[in-house]
Order: sequence, then C-alpha cells, then structure tokens
Amino acid sequence: MALPNYTETRYRIWHYTYVFICALIFIFLIAPLFVILPLSFNAEPYIHFSDKMLALNPEGFSLRWYQDMVYGTKNDWSQAMQNSVKIAFFATIGSTVLGTIAALGLSSRYMPYKSLIMSILISPMIVPLIISAAAIFFSEAKLGLSSTFTGVVLAHIILGTPFVVITVTATLSGFDESITRAASSLGSHPANTFFKITMPLIAPGIISGALFAFVTSFDEIVVIMFVGGPDQMTIPWQMWIGLREQLSPTIMAVATCLIVMSTLVLITMELLRRRSQRIRGLAD
Amino acid sequence: MWAAYNVSDPIYASDGQLLSVKLKKAEAHRRRTAFFLVLPLLLFISLTYLFPIGQLLVQSVDNRELFRFLSHTNEVIHQWDGDQLPDEAVYSAFYKDLSSAVDNKQHGKIATRLNYEKSGFSSLIKKTSRKIKTFAAGNYKIQFIKADKRWGNIEYMLALKKAAVPFHGRKYLTAFDLDQNAAGEIVQIPENRRINITLWLRTIMVALGVTLSCLILSFPIAYMLATMRAKYSNLLMICVLLPFWTSLLVRTSSWMVLLQKQGLINDTLVFLDIVLDENRLALMYNMLGTFIAMTQILLPFMVLPLYSVMKTISPNLMQAATSMGSTPLHAFRRIYLPLTYSGISAGSILVFVLAIGYYITPALVGGAKGALISNRIAYHMNSSLDWALATAMGTVLLATVLCAYWAYNRVVGIDNMRLG
Repeated sequence: MALPNYTETRYRIWHYTYVFICALIFIFLIAPLFVILPLSFNAEPYIHFSDKMLALNPEGFSLRWYQDMVYGTKNDWSQAMQNSVKIAFFATIGSTVLGTIAALGLSSRYMPYKSLIMSILISPMIVPLIISAAAIFFSEAKLGLSSTFTGVVLAHIILGTPFVVITVTATLSGFDESITRAASSLGSHPANTFFKITMPLIAPGIISGALFAFVTSFDEIVVIMFVGGPDQMTIPWQMWIGLREQLSPTIMAVATCLIVMSTLVLITMELLRRRSQRIRGLAD
Repeated sequence: MWAAYNVSDPIYASDGQLLSVKLKKAEAHRRRTAFFLVLPLLLFISLTYLFPIGQLLVQSVDNRELFRFLSHTNEVIHQWDGDQLPDEAVYSAFYKDLSSAVDNKQHGKIATRLNYEKSGFSSLIKKTSRKIKTFAAGNYKIQFIKADKRWGNIEYMLALKKAAVPFHGRKYLTAFDLDQNAAGEIVQIPENRRINITLWLRTIMVALGVTLSCLILSFPIAYMLATMRAKYSNLLMICVLLPFWTSLLVRTSSWMVLLQKQGLINDTLVFLDIVLDENRLALMYNMLGTFIAMTQILLPFMVLPLYSVMKTISPNLMQAATSMGSTPLHAFRRIYLPLTYSGISAGSILVFVLAIGYYITPALVGGAKGALISNRIAYHMNSSLDWALATAMGTVLLATVLCAYWAYNRVVGIDNMRLG
C-alpha cells in the first residue's frame, strides 16, 4: 500500500486516514477475542484486570481456573467436552457421507430440478435456528428420540449437511470431467474411478466440508437445548448456563481453549485451501 | 467409392441401433444416476426436517384438541346468534363436555386453552370444575350462573363460541398484538399489553441496522484486503477468519466482559476520567449491547462475500478512469462501486437473514430490553407453553426469511454460494 512519491498531500492525508480507519475496524473484529486470554489467567476470582496483572507481576497470574475447568466439581467441563466431541464426531461422519454423495449428484450436468433440490437441501442453514429446534424437537419427541444421544446426533447431522453440500459442490464445480472420462475409456470401473481419481482430487473440499460440519455441531446451542437432555450436556450448553448465572473466570479458561481450537481449525482450512489450489493448478 | 451422405439420413451405432436413441438412453441413465445420488439426503432432509416444519406450521392454526373436548358444545353453540345469553341447550351441552373432562382430569387443558381466548377463563373453569359434581340434572344454565356469575356474562359465552372451531388463525392476530372484537372487527389490544409488535419492530430495526453497520464497516477492510499484496492480506485475513471460526458463545462472552457495568470499557472510561464511577454507562442489557455484539459477530459474513467480489475487479479500471481525468472519488462512485453491487447484496442478505433469527446473543447481552423475536418465540415454547402462538410467530419469521432467501437466489444464485 505504499504511495508513490508524487502523491499530493491531500491524498496522502486521505490515505493515512483510511489506513487508520481500517486498523480500527480490524481491532474491533479481533480485540474482543484477545480480551479473554489474559483474564483466564487471573489469580483472583473476578473478571477484570487486577493491579498486579497490569503491573505484570507474576503473582497476579495463575492457572487455577484451568485446574478448576479440568478437575472442578461444580460444573463437569471434562464430561461436557467428551459429550461435545462424541456428538460432533458422529454428526460429522453422518453429514459428510450424506452431503458428499448428494453433492456428487448435484454437480452433474444431468441433474434434474437442480435449484429446487439445492434449496431444499440447504434449508436447515437458512431457517432460523429456533424454528428448526422446535420442529426437530417435536418430531423426535413423537419417536421417543428426544433427550437421547441418537436424537442429538440426528439433529446435528441435519444442521451440518448444508455446509458439506455447499463446500463439496463448490470444489466439484472446478472439476475437469475429462479426467474421469479418460479413466473410463481406459477400462476403469466407475467405483474404481471414484476412489482412485475423483476422491483424491476433491478430498480437500470434503475435508473442509467435514470441518464445517464438525464446528457447526460443536458450537451448536439452540437446537440441543430443545432436543438434548442432561446426559448430552455439551460445552456451549454448559457455557450458556454459566453465562446466564454469572461470568466466571472458569468460563474464560474454557473460552481460551475454544479460541485455541478455532485457531487450529483456521490453520487447517488455510492449508487445505492451498493444497486444493495446487492440485487444481490454480496456485499463483 | 464413398456413398453419398445425406444429412437427414439416420446414423447408426456399431450394434445397429439408432445413435440418437442410444444417446438419449445414455443421458437418461446419467440423469437417473445423478438423481439416485441425491436421493438419500433428499429423503433424509424431507422426512426429518421439512415434514416436521410443515407439522409445526399446522400447529399455529390447530385447535382440534379443544374442539374435541367441546364435542357436544360445538354442535349447538354455532346456532346461537350471540345477541343475548344462549339458551339451555348450550349450557347442558357444555355441562356434558366439562363433566366428562373433569372425570378424565382434562379440565386443566380446557382452562388453559380457553384462557387464550379470554383471560379469566382459566379461573372460571377451575372454580366451576370443583362444583360441577354437585350439579343436579336439568336447568344447567341457572346452576352454572349460580356456581359463578361470570357464566351469565355474554362475553365469556362469545369467547366460548369463538373457541369451538377446529382451526383458526387468531394466533396470527395475537402475534401482531391484534384481536377480534365481539363485532368481528380486527382491533389492537390495549396499549399496556402490546409487546409483540414492539419486538417485531425492534427485530427488523436491529437486523437492518446490523446489516447497514456491517456494510459500512466491511467495505473499507474488504477493499484493503482485496488490493493488498497477498503476503500481507493473508495475514490480515486472520482478523476476519479467526472470529468466523470461533464459537458464538465465546464471542458473546467476550462482549459481556467488555460491556458490563463493571466491564472493561466502563473501567477504562472511569480510569481515564471520562465517566464518573457512579454513572457508568449501561452498555449491556439493552438494544445497544445487542447491536454492538451482533455487528461484530456477523461482520465476517459481510466481509467475505465483498472480498471475493472485489478480488475480481481489475485495478486497471480505476487507473484508466483517473488517467482520463476523473477524480478518485468520482471514479470510485461511477466505476468501482457498481462493480461491487453483487457482493454488497449477497453479504447484506446473508447478514440480514442471520440477524433476524438471532437468539443466543440477544438473550445474553441484550437482556429483556434487547431481546428479539426469537427470544419471545422461545419464551412461549418454554415458559408460557403457548405453542400455537409460538408457531404462529415462527411462521411469520420463517416467511420473512424465505423472502430474503428468494431475493438472495435471484441476485446471487444458490449454486454460487461459497463459504470461507
């Protein structure tokens, strides 16, 4: 963004004002997340920066809230973490398999009623969550699935599939069909072609779709409050209950762990994107 | 020698079949394959999701439960013209219904349902239910009025008449704080009981306001990201993507830390002597809190579509315009801005659709004064248990979202939807 030497002063001023405004907006976006990190190391049971913390005195910091998170008895965060991961794992498998197969059909040139079917498949993403929650709760209650592990996983599969369908369809839209045709003309069986040729090429898309499904299930809070029971208490649900009572430093510790997790997701996504571009020869 | 080839001659494949027939067959086969690939998910979503949503929508007009409880009453009450108190036939029919409900311990449901029609009905039914065992046969009208003089009040009987139908759309009136008076005209309910219309207006205002502020904030940074060298822009993109991938609860709690009365923003303002300690600003538990938090949370959904559109605009266009004598501002308005319209509309509709159904953030940061319509729907589902009203409000919300989605489809096309 360097300016050429001949830039007039007023444009120069305008340019630096612009950069300043952008910096403020970026801070607005990212700063709230970083407020949480130091507070989770607070030695005192309050949510504000103590004088010792501001003086960077080591006594002001401690890991007690992380200890409370792992071993604490009041709220079982470890159990919630296990539940979250288990639910998200099965939901991811379900939505990735269903979503990928559907995306393969949807991206075919011969698919009839394409946009109508696409609208139906991504509706769980469009409909406000509170409505989805009520609808799924009703149907699962009738089948005796409410407050069960299966019920929650089923609900999360529904919510996750649109993301898989969209990401995999997007990957397939840049897919060169002549490669699979070449494989068929050389005598490869369609299934063999799929696993040996198509699958490795669209793998980055499938993985990022799966990641979307995982994060969707892991973060989901509205639907699970209706569909789930105490045995399916997840991290976001426990946070919600905690936040309604009081902001506690333990919640800050949990939030910090979640931020670390999302950083890992972000890095994985970026690596996948680069790999996908390299495979398809789009890299610059 | 080559045989003369005529264009209209049919072409045969090697096995002697017409080529056009074989091609059609192959195409039909591919169409079937594609469809069967989509079928599992289509069935899954239709059965586990769309069908339940349809059932939910029916609930908003469904009154069949009460209709069944009033099976004798609804046969006679509709012959009553409603000018004066109904005659004995109606009361004796209602006696049959209520006493059989009391025998089956279902009168509580009748009380709740009728109370939606006219408040006071709940206590009336409960009081009468206790006395109904002592009723003697015959002359029920007098006995009802003796049990509680409200049975002689024509308004209660009119409400009963209104309630004795299998389906009705009155919950949609309630959803907008409207009611039908005795003459059948649609009127607003008394001002001190109006709450839904305030919430609808607030939801629309917040959704539009958040969309607008997201647009204003996104435009400069999306432009910066799109015009920067890739090395730097990838780094800055983290500021957009990290919040995007972070749990909603985490981001909401960070806003609670910042906006509380004893929160960081107030602490800083007091420390800098801008605000006195005793009049710390109320940034949370009101609409302002909801608005600020939602803007930051939804900002990435505006930046990403804008960025992907701006990325495709060649910088040469602006240079060409300025080199031909246009001022930068003029060139921006006439050349650059129109090229970003598709990104602006995609991002705006996306943010609007997400904002209008927001539930978690308004509940935690907004409190009672910053609650939105989703919170009200949840309240009717969990606390007041008025499912019919909740689903009526949900249906209106859904219709609004679908309109926006239809617009999105027109402008962007769902086939072009991208994430991340």
